[in-house]
Amino acid sequence: MAVGRGLRSLPLPSGFGAAHLIERNLRHHRRHWIIMLSGFFEPLVYLLGIGYGVGSLVPGIHLSGGRTVTYAVFVAPAMMASAAMNGAVYETSHNFFYKLRHQKIYDAALSTPLGVGDVALGEIGWALIRGSIYALGFVVIMTVLGLAASPWVVLALPAAVLLGFTFASVGVATTTFVRNWQDFDLVQLFLLPLFLFSATFTPLSLYPPALQVIIELTPLYHGVDLIRGLSTGILGPGLLVDVLYLALLSTIALVIAGARLRFLLLK
Amino acid sequence: MSLGGAAVVLERDLLNYRRTWRGSLIVSFISPVLFLAAMGLGLGSLISHGQHRLVEGVPYLDYLAPGLLAATAMQTAALESMYPILAKMMWDKIYDSILATPVQVREVFLGEIAWLVVRVAIVTVAFFAVMVLFSAVHSPLGLLAVPLTILTGLAFGAPFFAYTANQRNDTGFAALNRFVVIPLFLLAGTFFPIANLPLVFQVFAWVTPLAHGVALVRAATLASPIAPLAAAVHLTVLLGYSGVGIGLGLRGFERRLRE
Repeated sequence: MAVGRGLRSLPLPSGFGAAHLIERNLRHHRRHWIIMLSGFFEPLVYLLGIGYGVGSLVPGIHLSGGRTVTYAVFVAPAMMASAAMNGAVYETSHNFFYKLRHQKIYDAALSTPLGVGDVALGEIGWALIRGSIYALGFVVIMTVLGLAASPWVVLALPAAVLLGFTFASVGVATTTFVRNWQDFDLVQLFLLPLFLFSATFTPLSLYPPALQVIIELTPLYHGVDLIRGLSTGILGPGLLVDVLYLALLSTIALVIAGARLRFLLLK
Repeated sequence: MSLGGAAVVLERDLLNYRRTWRGSLIVSFISPVLFLAAMGLGLGSLISHGQHRLVEGVPYLDYLAPGLLAATAMQTAALESMYPILAKMMWDKIYDSILATPVQVREVFLGEIAWLVVRVAIVTVAFFAVMVLFSAVHSPLGLLAVPLTILTGLAFGAPFFAYTANQRNDTGFAALNRFVVIPLFLLAGTFFPIANLPLVFQVFAWVTPLAHGVALVRAATLASPIAPLAAAVHLTVLLGYSGVGIGLGLRGFERRLRE
């Protein structure tokens, strides 16, 4: 274990090391493409069931700026944000935990010139790729179905990538603290309210004021707000706050993830 | 036919549950309550402020709650009949140990069916109590919703047992969950009338048990009139899926566990 220790504990990623880990994940998933596909299918079914199905019961949603849109136009960007979140979370929760604690592939990776920074960036990068593929699919579908009300929707894709990056970083950081599979139930307990209450299905103004404050502190809300602003073309300084929030949270999570992985893999 | 072995298998599951109930409670009880709050209260206010003040004559929360009840039975059945069963077959090899005793394969299967019913019943009673708190149960006859919901769970769980007995790894579970369970949750009458869907999805909803379970459970909790013929069809579908599922599941268990 002592051999190459100095190399492994390099605090910064060494060149393109992370790319090797991404390639490993890509090769692994070639045999599990159906699972990749199914992760995209889920928010799509939500779009159909909630956007159109429940939307058939909702007369219309009033947005700021006095515009009224159909419920499907309102819900679609939220589903896109959820898809980006899910893609990133699937990869950095159970999959990452399995590789870290059971398969121990990072121990193998560290016996090569790869460092801990490469492992962290590789996993986050891979989760980001998965989340971005889902988000790209969503932009296409929203455009085809006429749910993208503004040309600004092209910027919804980088926005979803940023959101995916945030959740991938937070996911890796969180999973380093997970002790066993049961702990993921707690993760689920956190994710489901995020999905349901981040102004996903109803405008923020409909929640009780105290709940609104809490919601505004959580990450998915800012992702939804940002992507919805871009897809409906209702822009404002609030979107910059969303971007800053997500960038700041990603940075903090990235620092924690790096420190924790160094602790776990080099101890 | 001696069934003493089935009781022992059930007892093992109950003892095990004493250590794991917290996690399963989160998944199977807290999620429908959160859905009820987010959709019933939040979305419900949008719906009842609009031109259609009610959905099929009742507030949206009351319409949604029985749908969530039946759908929760499906999800709990899915949860119990896939990973835990394959784990006992393949990964932890619990059944190998059990079958080294005088317990028969058929008793293992019936014990697991009994446990499935118990698990669904626990969640059903808990969520039903929440519905009573939300005043979503309109008549004492609404209690009929409890056995009907449990039957809905069995109509999914039994065929899923048969499916699991044929799996060699867990890839098939993600596919079944994402391509069948989640679409049904969203499209089979839980959140909105099935008639509002395009025809192809209506067909998909009605050939599977959930739509029938939702129709019966909703009629029970809302005390709404239901045509005897319709009720008979719904009940037949649920009993049919349960019966065929138990038959296929038993065969699947026999084949798999004798390997």
